[in-house]
Amino acid sequence: MLTEFGRVLIFMIVGAAFVAIGMFFAWLLRPHRPYPSKLATYECGEAPLGDTRVRFNVRFYVVALIFLIFDVEVVFLFPWATVYQNLGWFAFVEMLVFLGILLIGYAYVWRKGDLDWDKPAPQIPRFERGVGVREPHLTEDEVAV
Amino acid sequence: MGLLDQKFENSNIIITTLDDVLNWARLSSLWGMQFGLACCAIEMMATGASHYDFDRFGTFFRGSPRQSDVMIVAGTVTLKMASRIRTLYDQMSEPRYVISMGSCSNCGGPYWEHGYHVLKGVDRVIPVDVYVPGCPPRPEALMEGLMKLQEKVRTESRVKKTA
Repeated sequence: MLTEFGRVLIFMIVGAAFVAIGMFFAWLLRPHRPYPSKLATYECGEAPLGDTRVRFNVRFYVVALIFLIFDVEVVFLFPWATVYQNLGWFAFVEMLVFLGILLIGYAYVWRKGDLDWDKPAPQIPRFERGVGVREPHLTEDEVAV
Repeated sequence: MGLLDQKFENSNIIITTLDDVLNWARLSSLWGMQFGLACCAIEMMATGASHYDFDRFGTFFRGSPRQSDVMIVAGTVTLKMASRIRTLYDQMSEPRYVISMGSCSNCGGPYWEHGYHVLKGVDRVIPVDVYVPGCPPRPEALMEGLMKLQEKVRTESRVKKTA
């Protein structure tokens, strides 16, 4: 006799088998003709630049943390504002204290300079490109105009 | 008497070959590569929109060559674009087909003689299955082209060597 979770197990087995059988027949029937240009990273037809794994600037971490704090603050403010009429002065003072604590944190972050964003000075590479230069990845025959 | 002979009175059973089934599946959902090059692309968009409804052929446009079956080269292929088209075609997964739409991609169109920047026909960089004439072709013509392509897909075989 199957338990309730036994049915779940059957669902999981059938689900996994469904995918596996589908993948097997796809593997059986599909054309398989890989070559470097086909396997290249898709960048809208351009020659791909660099890797897919891009490193983010670590400064975004601090920004995300600060955002999170004030995001949560707003989340708390909404239910408070909804039922404020029934709560009276006590709730008002409570919220002021809460905002005050966060405000101190905000002042601290400001004072520490975490909100400053040093503008990067990128080195713009200079290169000359002559008129009539042949497109890089076409051979002689492919542009037989 | 064979195993299946005369066993089904109402003849509500279909016997077919693997090729027929797969070809039918493929020609019924030829997904297009979503890119347009010039004024032909406007007609292509009109074909895709509700009035002409390309979707009833199972064709709708995908943003990635990995998911596309048919590339509709709609418009003037400049030399600068030619290498990109070649790359995009390379990155499509097989089976892949190409519809050349309009005079420009068929043969250079109005730029055939003095267009210093135009490829004289997209078939110089990628193999073309169907040419749709017109400048630009009406949506009906593009649909005719797709139906021609469907006829071609219908006769394909898994085991025969393709050209």
